[in-house]
Parts: sequence; C-alpha cells; structure tokens
Amino acid sequence: MLEHVVNGLVLGGTYALVAMGLTIQYGIARIMNLSFGDTIIAACFATYVLFSAFSISPLLALLILVPAGYGFSLVIYKVIMKPLVARAPDEGALEVDSILVTFGLLFVLQGVLLTLFGGGYNSYSFLNTPVNLLGTVVAGNRLLALVLSLLIGAVLVLTLYRTRWGMVLRAVALAPQSAPLFGIDTDRAARTAFAIGGAMAATGGVVVSMFQTFTATAGVVFTMKALIVVILGGKGSVPGAIVAGLLLGLVETFVAAYIDPGLTLAAVYTVFLLLLLVRPNGIFGKA
Amino acid sequence: MTMKTSFAFALAGLALVVLALAPLVLPDYWTGVLLGMTGYVTLATAWALFSGPTRYVSLATVAFFGVGAYTVAVLNEVMPYPLVLLCAAGIGMTMALLVGLSTLRLAGVYFVIFTFGLAELVRQTVSWWEVNVTYTMGRYVFLPFEGRHIYWQLLVLAAVTLLISWAIGRSRIGLALKALGDDETVAAHAGVDVTRIKLLLFVISATIITLVGAIQAPRWTYIEPSIVFNPTVSFMTLIMALLGGAMRLWGPLVGAVPLFLLFEWLSVSFPDHFSIILGLLFILIVFVMPNGVLAKFDDLRKGNRA
Amino acid sequence: MTYSFAEAVGTARRLMTCATAAAVLATAGAPQLWAQDAAPVTIGYAISKSGPNAGGADMTVTPNYELWVEEVNAAGGLRMPDGSQRPIEVIAYDDRSSAEEVVRAVERLATQDEVDFILPPWGTGFNLAVAPLMAKFGYPHLAGAAVTDKASDFVKRWDSSFWFMGGSVDYVAAFTEILVAEREADRINDKIAMISVGDGFGIDLVKAARPSFEAAGFDISYDKTFPPETSDFSTMLSEASNSEADTFVAFSYPPHTFALTKQAKVASYSPPVFYLGVGAGFPVYPGIAGGSVEGVMSLGGIDPDNALNAAYRAKHEEVVGRAPDYWGSVLIYASLQMLAQTIERVGLDKEAVAQELSTGTFSTVLGEETRLENNQLRAINWVGQWQNGQFVAVSAEGGPGTKPVSLPKPAWE
Repeated sequence: MLEHVVNGLVLGGTYALVAMGLTIQYGIARIMNLSFGDTIIAACFATYVLFSAFSISPLLALLILVPAGYGFSLVIYKVIMKPLVARAPDEGALEVDSILVTFGLLFVLQGVLLTLFGGGYNSYSFLNTPVNLLGTVVAGNRLLALVLSLLIGAVLVLTLYRTRWGMVLRAVALAPQSAPLFGIDTDRAARTAFAIGGAMAATGGVVVSMFQTFTATAGVVFTMKALIVVILGGKGSVPGAIVAGLLLGLVETFVAAYIDPGLTLAAVYTVFLLLLLVRPNGIFGKA
Repeated sequence: MTMKTSFAFALAGLALVVLALAPLVLPDYWTGVLLGMTGYVTLATAWALFSGPTRYVSLATVAFFGVGAYTVAVLNEVMPYPLVLLCAAGIGMTMALLVGLSTLRLAGVYFVIFTFGLAELVRQTVSWWEVNVTYTMGRYVFLPFEGRHIYWQLLVLAAVTLLISWAIGRSRIGLALKALGDDETVAAHAGVDVTRIKLLLFVISATIITLVGAIQAPRWTYIEPSIVFNPTVSFMTLIMALLGGAMRLWGPLVGAVPLFLLFEWLSVSFPDHFSIILGLLFILIVFVMPNGVLAKFDDLRKGNRA
Repeated sequence: MTYSFAEAVGTARRLMTCATAAAVLATAGAPQLWAQDAAPVTIGYAISKSGPNAGGADMTVTPNYELWVEEVNAAGGLRMPDGSQRPIEVIAYDDRSSAEEVVRAVERLATQDEVDFILPPWGTGFNLAVAPLMAKFGYPHLAGAAVTDKASDFVKRWDSSFWFMGGSVDYVAAFTEILVAEREADRINDKIAMISVGDGFGIDLVKAARPSFEAAGFDISYDKTFPPETSDFSTMLSEASNSEADTFVAFSYPPHTFALTKQAKVASYSPPVFYLGVGAGFPVYPGIAGGSVEGVMSLGGIDPDNALNAAYRAKHEEVVGRAPDYWGSVLIYASLQMLAQTIERVGLDKEAVAQELSTGTFSTVLGEETRLENNQLRAINWVGQWQNGQFVAVSAEGGPGTKPVSLPKPAWE
C-alpha cells in the first residue's frame, strides 16, 4: 500500500513538474500553448546532445537550458503572441487564436527536430540509481522530478503570493482589462509569465529525458498530460497543478496495482471527465 | 422554392453527377484524392453543423469517426454491409446522446478539452475491451470495395449532409440557431429550448461523422485503435471548417477542398519538410485573418445576414 | 559486397528455370533496353518519417532502403538480364503514420509516378493496408517489417505478397522450447510473469504465448496488458516480482523496453529469464540501459560467425552512420538483395519478378541459399540473447547459426 503511494507520488511529481509551466502560461499570459510539449521535447534533445556529445551532466545542462528556455519563449511571445494579444477583441478570440497559432508552432518545432535528429527513439541513462524512500526503492532521476516540482512549486507560490511582483502577475491573471488602470504593465507581466513557462518546460524536458524515451514527435503526449493536469487543478493555479499532478500519479499507480495496468489511462480520462463535469473550473479554480 | 434556389439545386446536382462520373475516367490516385477530399468535406460540414452555430469547438470528431470504423471492423463478417452501416449510425447516435446530455453545459475551452479527453477515453476503452474481453487486437475488413466504391458512398453522404445543413438553416430551428449564436441567454428568454436544439445538432453531426468513419474503414483492410483513433482527423476537420467559415453552408467545403489539396501537394513535393511548412502556413493563416478567426466567424455571419 | 553479386550471378545462371529463361529472353529482347541503357529504374516507397511510427521505421526500414540504393548505384546500378546496368531513382513519401496517407501514397506511386517497384511501409497494419493495392496494381509486395501469423492466408489472398518476418507463433514456440529445457535442467520454476503492450504487436504475441506456455506446463502467474503510452512500470515490475516467477516476459515496444530495463535495474529485479520486446535488439540498447545487459533476451539475434552478416553490419555503419538493429534490419536488407537478384534474372516484368521471388534461390546476407517457403522467409533467428556485448541468436542447445542460451541471467551490475 505505502509502496504504491510512494510510486504514485514519484510518478505524479513528473506530471506536476511538466504541468506547472503550462498553467502559468495559460493562466497569466492567457496563451493556450499547444506547442508546450514540443518545447519539452526540444529540451530533451538538447540535454541528450549536451550529455552524449559534450559530456555535460544533465544537472549542469539545467543551468544552460533553463535560461535558454526562458529566452526562447520570450522571443516567441514577442514575435508571435504579442500581435495576437494586441489585436484580440476579447478573451475568447485570443483563446482560439492562440490555440491555432501554437498548433502551427507545434508542427514547426516538430519538423525542425525531425530534420535535425530524425524520427528515431532516443534515450540515455543518468542518475538511474536506486534510492530508498520510506522502504520503497525508487529511481533517483524520477525522485529528482518530484523534488524539483515541489521545490519550484514552493518558490512560485511564495513569489506569487508574497512579493509585489507576484501580486502584479496575479492581478493580470484575474483582471487583464483593468490591471493597466492601476499602472500595471500587462504586456510585460504576460511576457514574463510566458517566458517563465518556457523555462519550466525546459526544466521538465531536462529531467524527463533522464528516464523517458523520447522521439521528435512525442511532444503532443506531454502537452495533453499537462493540459489535463492544468484543467484539473484550475487554470493558473500552481498549487492546483501540483495537487492534480500528484493525484493523477496516484490514480495511475493504484489502478495499475489493484485493477489493471491496461486501464490506467482510461481511469485518468474518466477522473478528468468526471471532475470537469462536477467542478468545471478545476480543484483550485475560482467557482 | 425560389428561382434562385432551384437554380442552385440544379447546379449542385450537375456538380454531383460530374463528380460521381469522375472515377470512371480518372486514374486511381485521383479517385483516392477525391475520396479523401469528400471525406473531409463531409466531416467538416458535419462538424460545422453543430460547432458553427453553438460555437462549441469539438475535438471529439475522431471519437465518432473511429467508432464508426471499428463497428465495421467488428461486424463486417457477421451481417450484410448496409446493416453494418445502420448499426454504426445507431451506435454513433447513442453515444452522441449520452455524451451530449452530460457535457453540453460545459463551455469554452473546457468543452474543447473534454472532447479531446473523450476521444482518448474511447480509444483506451476500445483497446482495453479488445485486449481483455475479445482477445483480438487488429481486425480485418475484407469487403470487396475499391476506392471508387467508397468514394461514391462518401459522395452520397456529403450530398445528404449538405442537404441537412441547408434544410436546418431554413427551418424554424435555423432561426432559433441564429438567436443562439448571437446570445444564448437572450435566446433562452425568447423561448428557444437551447439545450434541446444543441443536443439535436450534436447528435445529427456525430451520426454523420460516425458514418464517414464506417464508410472509409474498408479502405485500410486492417484496423486497430491507433489507426482509426488518429487525433489528426479531429484537428484537420476543425481547421478546415474554421478556415472556410463554420457559419456558412458552403464554408466547410470551401475550407476543406483547398486545404486538402494543399496538404496533398505539400506531402508530394516536400515529404521531408511537411511539418515545418504546414506549421508556418498555419501561423500565417492566423495572422492573415487580422481580426482573429473567431471574429471572422462573426464577419461572415453578418455578411450572410445582410 | 561486390563479390556476393558475382556469386549471385553464378547462382542465377545455375538455377535459372526454363520459365524464367523465357522471361529473360522476352525482356531482354525489348528494344527500349538497348536504346536507352542508363534509363533509371524507379523505385518508390511510402514510409513513416513522422508520427508515432517514425521511431520503428527509422531504425529498421528506411536506413536499409537508403543503404541498398546507395550500394546498388555505387556499383553502377541494377543489373538487367542483358548485362546492362540501370541506376535506381527513388521516390519516397512520408505517410505521417496515417493509414489513409499510406494507401493514397501507394496509389500515387502506382498510377501517377508509375514506378517500376514499390517497397513496403513499416508495420504490420500498414503492410496490410497496402497489400490489396499492391496486388491490384500487380506489384510484388515484399512485406518486411510485418509480424503476422496469417501470412499463409495472405499469400493465398494476394499471391504476389511475400512475408519476411515470420509470425508470433514462431517466435513464441522457439522461446518456449528454451524455457522447457531450462525447467528440465531445474534452473527455473514453472511460473511466468508476462506483460504486453496493448496494440497489434503485443496482443498478437501474447495471444500466441498464452497457449504455448500453458501447453508446455507453465503457469502464467501474472498476465497484464498496458496501454502504449505507459511510461512508468514500477508497479508492474513489483507485481511481477511478487508473483515469484523465474521468467519475466514483456512483449513491448522500444520506449517500454528501455523503461523496463532501467526500472528493473533500479528495483534490482533480475529474474533468471528476462525477455523483452522490440528495442532490446537495438545496438544502442546497452548504452541506454547504462551498463551491461548480459543475458537479456528478445526477438531476433544474429550469428556473429556469419561473415556475410558481419560485412553487412560494417557497411550499414559506414553508410548510415550507425549499426543496424539485430532483428528486422537484416531481413529487410535480404529482401532487397533478393529483389535485385530477381531483376537481374528476369528483368522488370512484375509478374516474372513475383514468380522468381517465389521459386528462386538467392545469395543474401542470411546465407548463400536463401529461398522462400510458400512466399515466406523462414530462415529467421527467433530468439536472441545478449552475450559478451553482442545480441546473438540462441537456442536451447545451440546449433548451426545459433549459440546455446546462457541462463540464468546474471544480476544487473
């Protein structure tokens, strides 16, 4: 029983880590980023190249790739998203526009990765060491994902709720229309939030690449998992993303252990669909 | 029927005849292109039937499409083909009723995500059922159909779909729909039974989509969930309908035909860079519609009404 | 590689039947052959360059197509029955892992591009999707990357189809034989823990495996199927471990195979028999596993003493830049060699080519005398095992082309 709780939390840690970036992009920058998973995959490939060609440890790669993810997303926001935000008459229009434009971006990223690396499977071994956690042996790299997601989550929550800068971001998330009336630079806030999301996608990519096999076209799998976590947790809610991510990990593990491994994903979607019907705004969303 | 409509009908009828005769003179490849195109025209028109007026962006297309194809795969050896199609339509309809009843109160992006989740749930459940209950994964469809036979069936379905779409647009429901698209609350106050109309449209649309999947199934000989529940189908349908304008009768057709040909041309000419070019085109399309795709919806509707 | 072509010429001469000789005369007599010596032979294929199938196609199929074309063209082109040579021109499409695309691409190759030959796509499902079209347009269908137990039925349905990868029953039967011998030697108990991926490949194998294991007196104490998207196997591995089976079998795809290996290492789960699916025969597998994978078993395997195969592997590494996998690659490549030798004997007439493929004997990387039985390749290595850094073909006792299996598997490092 405890074994399954531990395994579930470790698995859920990955989901939470991957989803936090998306919830910030969607909640604060108001961009429904369908190319999020492909950003993760790009980071996976970058880590892989750094590790295999330059022998740079994936942990050090974080120092390179997290700022790179931030910068990349910042540029994407300035070039592609900002004109869309500027021209959108209302939130619904921006939502549709951003879904379509990031859908295009998804293909571009995927195409570039395919051209550079081909369609094959990629995987390597790093930190695949047994760690004993409450009597259950888990992989070091997976545990790292859990620890990182809790750590980053805590930092984000503290920043959002305890600093002036965080208040600005939350204000933009709550009332993008009226925030400028209080002298808030909404564009800057949105841009920063989108870039932070990109940095977190890079973090997720670096960590995930340590234990998961990835291909150039696997991005959509991450996007969808992250999207489910985001909607479950309530859009824009960092604690929501963490709770929802861990919850999904637990659901998958318990279904695999007590019902049937074949039904893990069916169970995830059932939980998701049911929760959507009962609480359309997510666990932590505003009613 | 006015002069103008009878003329339009005559023209559409003529086009239909020409299209139906095409496979007799065209090489198989072009019949295949026509087949794929007709499939998407039907999907996009059926999709717009529900999503256009209600503005509910559905990604469940492939859930119904796949169920249709799978029904054929399961039943093609136990009953005659027309009956199989009937069964497929019945299953699609029942599923749409259940889904519609439980979800149509969701709005906006939640509906989008829900429908995507639904498609995945259906795929997972079908897989699990096949693996654990029937012990078969991968079914064979050995029906004596060539490309042109499938094409003719799709052509009929496309014509029927357009006809339904036209009839709904002219009926009392059509008027109610216009009110619905403008403002759901106002429409409700005006005595329009919003939920019932939405449900009705969803069921009609889903049934047609199920039939498209069922008719196309014999083309692949071998069917397994990963083949028929390919999410690309949902995305392509959505894009085609949105591009052409989901509010107009001919909109989805106008979107589907050029996009389909474009995809075909790209995959022939740039097989190695298809993704990149497709993605860039997509971004371009969004930027070329200066007021956003949703605003284009409204422009078109206003244009239509004038 | 040139020497094997020379040999092939010899074999061809010796074995040419009256029927094929007549076909040769007919084709060789065609005037355009004399007129335009260097007109290319067009060969088309549609393969998954993107989408979920790209990983498999990129490992096993596409590199071999490219390698073969490059080799043939470097040697001056395909040799015709009259001794002239014609270069190969390739038309390649991306089916984007969509069944509808692959069907249309084959229609396009056949009726628009009017290519001389069409090479098959990757995967059982896609090969079956194009099989009716290949038959309809009269193209010989050399189905490479397709594992199916129904090949004998398909051969009847489409008589110009050829199946090069065997069926699940074959793979499972060979593996069961090894298990029985191990049990009799008292090295393993009679329990098997088995998991499989929930798609065509996994289910086909598991369906063959259940009756085979049970008939041999084994008790399948854990038997579960997981969705293809699964990435975490810790729970399944711990359940398998709890089942006290000495044999662990996973009919998995590469992402699962890699994850299973990594997680089994972390959990120190090292049963005496550790058998995995696709991916365990990839040359990159030991690197991915991060250390020794001694004793891990899977489908396929090579005979390290086979000089032809060794030469092929070296050439593949040189041209493609990486080694081929230890299972399907060599079979695909052999099918292409057979096609080239057939063309040399009978020319480009599709019907004659199909006839010759069906009855001829060929010199391929698999051996000097490769031939098809009922349009199916049977000279396949069914079970392989990692031994001393190589994935070798094994059988219970060893034999021609196979090493004796070495069990129990040593513990992970």
